[in-house]
Amino acid sequence: MATIDIRSVSKAYGGHAPVLTDIDLSIRDGEFIVLVGPSGCGKSTLLRMIAGLEAISAGTIAIGGRVVNDLAPKARDIAMVFQSYALYPHMTVAENMTYSLRLKKTPRATVAEKLEAASRKLGLDAFLARKPKALSGGQRQRVAMGRAIVRAPKAFLFDEPLSNLDARLREQMRAEIRKLHAGLGATSIYVTHDQVEAMTLADRIVAMHGGIIQQVGSPLDLYDRPANLFVAGFIGSPGMNFLPGRWDAGARAVRLSDDSALPVERAIDLPDGSAVTVGVRPEHVGLGGDGGLAAAVDLVEPTGHGIILHLRLQDQPFKALTTDRRYLTPQESVRVTMPADRLHLFDGNGDRIA
Amino acid sequence: MRAIGTLAHRLAILVYIAFALFPLFWLVKVSVTPNDLLYSEGIRLWPSRTTFEHFRFVLAHSDFPLFFRNSLIVSLATAFAATTLAGFAGYALSRFAFRGKLTVSGLLLVTQMFPLVMLVAPIFKLLSPLGLTNSLTGLVVVYVAFNVPFACFLMQSFFDGIPRDLEEAAMIDGASRFGAFRQIILPLTLPGIAATVGFVFTAAWSEMIFALMLISSNEKATFPVGLLSFVSKFSVDFGQMMAAGVLALIPACLFFLLIQRYLVQGLTAGAVKG
Ligand SMILES: Nc1ncnc2c1ncn2[C@@H]1O[C@H](COP(=O)(O)OP(=O)(O)OP(=O)(O)O)[C@@H](O)[C@H]1O
Ligand SMILES: [Mg+2]
Repeated sequence: MATIDIRSVSKAYGGHAPVLTDIDLSIRDGEFIVLVGPSGCGKSTLLRMIAGLEAISAGTIAIGGRVVNDLAPKARDIAMVFQSYALYPHMTVAENMTYSLRLKKTPRATVAEKLEAASRKLGLDAFLARKPKALSGGQRQRVAMGRAIVRAPKAFLFDEPLSNLDARLREQMRAEIRKLHAGLGATSIYVTHDQVEAMTLADRIVAMHGGIIQQVGSPLDLYDRPANLFVAGFIGSPGMNFLPGRWDAGARAVRLSDDSALPVERAIDLPDGSAVTVGVRPEHVGLGGDGGLAAAVDLVEPTGHGIILHLRLQDQPFKALTTDRRYLTPQESVRVTMPADRLHLFDGNGDRIA
Repeated sequence: MRAIGTLAHRLAILVYIAFALFPLFWLVKVSVTPNDLLYSEGIRLWPSRTTFEHFRFVLAHSDFPLFFRNSLIVSLATAFAATTLAGFAGYALSRFAFRGKLTVSGLLLVTQMFPLVMLVAPIFKLLSPLGLTNSLTGLVVVYVAFNVPFACFLMQSFFDGIPRDLEEAAMIDGASRFGAFRQIILPLTLPGIAATVGFVFTAAWSEMIFALMLISSNEKATFPVGLLSFVSKFSVDFGQMMAAGVLALIPACLFFLLIQRYLVQGLTAGAVKG
């Protein structure tokens, strides 16, 4: 187990525009970090640089205080779980899981012991003699995890390890990963596209976009105080609603395009008339009542747990989430309210205000 | 309806196999036909009397065993050397990015464009000062040179078919790049290696032009050239020639029997999600 320090790391694939720019990140010993971001933002690239599979163009990466830029993957003592699982097809499950130990010439008794412990933890005892092709997707995924945990490495890297599983299995494995981490306490970096995985697993989430870190913080930090429009829109599902407006310093409110005012409680220091974007999460939108703004219903999506309403507000798409099984039909109009303490304000550059 | 379809399918395959194997059957037939019946019963499917006299003669009284041994040496050496070289080159082409990669591939392709006959004279000129004419080594060198490019593309495509994740996983598990190649990639490429070895072996086994032009003495001749010795100025001894031909088929058949279990694809099943 170890800390991981990433200092001013950049990556450009020969001749192309940089994929990662100036990445700075300090990961504490035993911390569970989740990397999120849209496809192509460089998450896998960052992970592969930490693993040693990709050269580092600029900056340094240190594992356990030791700079590893020039170390081969095998000298870095990290384990990685691939999205494709990457099981060795010609080896049995047991051979797959013990390959790293055998490479290190671990005594047979120790190998057997660790295999036994890992396979029990993952419920793989019955499959040890099988080849990967005779396993289901979920079992293969477990073997891939098992291959990592028999080693007790300095850090675990996960590149979307659950994305090939169905929803139920994913939920189950998510809980197991959480348990494994609690048990092993190993420093982990986990890449995912799944909101729920990110929120439930992470000690801290790193949100990336266009090769740049947008925000680092606890899951609730990112949810409650997104640093900019990108993070605000990326975290949470369905995504946050945005409305363009102007700051009215006199009224201490945001004027929307139809001149209606949304009062803001916080102290805000902005020149009068500057352009702002107001954000509000669908789950915080109030429906019905007298006040508020008029909106038309476009589409009603029942999810069982609640209803996602696709609205049209001042000609902008706008979503509301309600657990009230109110009978609403398309074309109907409804009043929406946005609680002042739930509003997020972003300036002209898209950065959070206050 | 389905049954008729299946039947037609089987029948079509059967017809094709009969068509493809008929020359081989004729070869065998002639090799066991006594000389006095060869012309009188020329078009019968099977002679009224069979004999192994031709085989006995070829094995005991001709140079054929010598030709056979030479062919075996040349073909095995060629298959081994060409596949080894092509394996390494194919791996590099498949896995590494390096300057001039496209040029190298292009040049490999260019070597495949010339009819061999065009190259016989220059190659003879090149080999003769080196003392490599009329030598099996010289023949192996030439065969390897001509077979490596295609074998290389063949091996490259087999390596391309193996996910990179596998060797990366091995490297993270603590293997060196070469270790990952040897322990993970190589075992998975066995079908490819078998196919390549088989391809190169048969190419060398049946090669005629260079064997004819570069080898001048009987002791160094390979069997395709040796077969010609059954053609004399006045007659062709078909019985003996066919017997030699049948014997020449044996190693090729044995060889494919040996490697056929690797030719069956599907060794990588289960590596990735699939
Ligand atoms: N070998 C390469 N050569 C050139 N560009 C590459 C190479 N590998 C990746 N890239 C580029 O780098 C960028 C980041 O890729 P990366 O795989 O890290 O994205 P990602 O965040 O993991 O995306 P995803 O969520 O889809 O897995 C992409 O724009 C990709 O096109
Ligand atoms: Mg990725």
